[in-house]
Amino acid sequence: MQLERKNILDMASLSVDEISTILDTADSMKEISQRPVKKVPTLRGKTVVLFFYEPSTRTRISFDIAAKRLSADSLSISASSSSMVKGETLIDTARNLEAMNPDVIVMRHSSAGAPHMLARMVRPCIINAGDGMHAHPTQSLLDLMTVRENKGEVKGLRIAIIGDISHSRVARSNCIGFTKMGADVIISGPQTMIPKGIETLGVSVTHNVEDAICDADVIMMLRIQKERQKSFLFPSEREYARVYGLSKKRLESAKDDVLIMHPGPINRGVEIAPEVADGPYSIILDQVTNGVAVRMALLYLVAGGTRNADTD
Amino acid sequence: MQILIKGGRVIDPGNFNAIADILVEDGKIVKIKSNDNPRQPPTSNEQPATSNQQPESRTIDATGKIVTPGLIDMHVHLREPGHEYKETIESGCLAAASGGFTAICCMPNTNPVNDNSQVTKFILQRAMIADTVRVYPVAAISKGLEGTGLCEYGDLKDAGAVAISDDGCPVSDSQLMRRAMEYAKGFDLPVISHCEDLNLLAGGVVNEGAFATRMGLPGIPNACESVMVMRDIALSELTESPVHIAHVSTMESVRAIRAAKKRGVLVTAETAPHYFTLTEDDVGQYDTNAKMNPPLRSKQDREAVREGLADGTIDVIATDHAPHSSIEKEVEFDQAGNGIIGLETSVSLSLKLVEDGVLKIDELVEKMSTNPARILKLENGLRAGNSADITIIDPDILYTIDVENFCSLSRNTPFNGREVKGKAVLTMVGGKIVFEDKIK
Repeated sequence: MQLERKNILDMASLSVDEISTILDTADSMKEISQRPVKKVPTLRGKTVVLFFYEPSTRTRISFDIAAKRLSADSLSISASSSSMVKGETLIDTARNLEAMNPDVIVMRHSSAGAPHMLARMVRPCIINAGDGMHAHPTQSLLDLMTVRENKGEVKGLRIAIIGDISHSRVARSNCIGFTKMGADVIISGPQTMIPKGIETLGVSVTHNVEDAICDADVIMMLRIQKERQKSFLFPSEREYARVYGLSKKRLESAKDDVLIMHPGPINRGVEIAPEVADGPYSIILDQVTNGVAVRMALLYLVAGGTRNADTD
Repeated sequence: MQILIKGGRVIDPGNFNAIADILVEDGKIVKIKSNDNPRQPPTSNEQPATSNQQPESRTIDATGKIVTPGLIDMHVHLREPGHEYKETIESGCLAAASGGFTAICCMPNTNPVNDNSQVTKFILQRAMIADTVRVYPVAAISKGLEGTGLCEYGDLKDAGAVAISDDGCPVSDSQLMRRAMEYAKGFDLPVISHCEDLNLLAGGVVNEGAFATRMGLPGIPNACESVMVMRDIALSELTESPVHIAHVSTMESVRAIRAAKKRGVLVTAETAPHYFTLTEDDVGQYDTNAKMNPPLRSKQDREAVREGLADGTIDVIATDHAPHSSIEKEVEFDQAGNGIIGLETSVSLSLKLVEDGVLKIDELVEKMSTNPARILKLENGLRAGNSADITIIDPDILYTIDVENFCSLSRNTPFNGREVKGKAVLTMVGGKIVFEDKIK
């Protein structure tokens, strides 16, 4: 399997075929993590830089594990430990990294478009691990993989995404990714959290959470950040939980085979009740497991492994 | 020194529009003679000097060209003092001359801020040394652009300021804005308002809407501008003072200004070529050269701005020339500096309005010369006795905008590589030719 591209920047730029290729590759990668010896030599001699300008645990660890299981050399840089604190610009830092010949730069940045700028300026492959409120393609791919794994296919499913859509790169990438793969996406949340023109991504909007939940095959809850109260997005966590949170009671109106997802980190008792997060419909931890497989697949596909991983 | 500008279409809006010759002597317009005879093809560009002519006399063949009163850009950032790596008064004046402008107004957000007569005098002194185009300083409304105390308008006026503005920083305090309007009235200084509600701005970097949503960039709603336009119209009514709205970008602002003008409010307005040429979609893949404040808006807004120009709601085309270096622009989009340069592209982009049927050529000249002069009370017009501030435009020349040919020290424009039609080919200030392109 091949991917004719150097960078993974956002879901908008990936074609349906490319997404399918990535998901198929991820399926085959998954088994490696279940072996007693979780390592294949596929990316031996390749260098992967994890360039994280914004704090991240899950995504960074997931990429790090993915790189190591493929035998790539991986190293992490964070904003606080880089020359950024000395006032170096992003481009200068990137050019310095480039001068040391890494093969892949995995990048997380608080500014939308930062990986796109890097991709124009430096040679190594760029994988976007989240840029501002813009895109989080690897999260979307792992969500697609998880849904496909559980439901057989994505096409024709109804996906409800509920929460702070405005500030969520996961929501944007999933609106685009799931729609592209043939699902119907419905988003819901208070009007303050629904960005203008979101329908142009091909999704529908409802302000009534019940409407979003009742016919959904998948319910994806988004994290509510307490500090958004300061910008008047919502009055209190209490009211948010009551009106928009996914409680056990609210879940009763959902389909019998509904799946509950969350990109994490979860706020127990705010957007999702603990018993729902831990309940039988939840596939939240499957998402995390699949994250490693998807990232292995991407590293393999962009860094051009010389041998197919499944033959090792 | 005698200069004869021969055979051009001479346009002095509301006064004159005919094929005519202009005779300039000792820096002044001496005579304008309408030339209704069938035109004879000129034999050569320059008539050979004969012994009985003054050795410096010269004839400029303006056949097929448009001859206008000197163009005025009333919204320019010259960056000096303080940010000379982006632009200096000298380089900015050269850029203005090559863009066809004979006069520019420079905004006060320099370092130090032009909030006292010393800085105003410094700017004028530097402009005198540059000796290119006329520079009219706009002084600050509030000390340090901080929005807390009035500047000494009497002093500033005496030093040479022609208007006041806190451009770049809106005056958030309505009481301060009211008092500024009232106090400035005593000195006949127009107030130029940068209309922006900082609470509604909320960190936005592009127009709010589908584009911002898709790109994951925080949006700036139209109301961020229009609520302040409406406030300043109300304050203008309250104080019976003139207010000039800078860089109008939204439909709602155009509507508010149109309605205010209808009931006699002393409001005037300007927009910039990028607002009637581009839309938010031109930001593309995070192009920081398309980042400015106010931001590029929707197609609807662009249409409203063009309608505002057509029906006279918007009086002036000004560029908001805002030089930035790669230090401000080759960074993450949300951290990039706001603004683009405009002096050297304005005429070409504005002529498109004539081609598109939005404005008649007379109206365009009005918006780029007559009206800014009227608002700022500057001498203007192609009349005998006036200073010979003249721009000659070739409306037909086709060329590609190339930043490498710019006189500005900065290169931040989204128009690089754009095919355009028409440009200024000669700029004359007080009878002195400060810019001359090859005239065919």
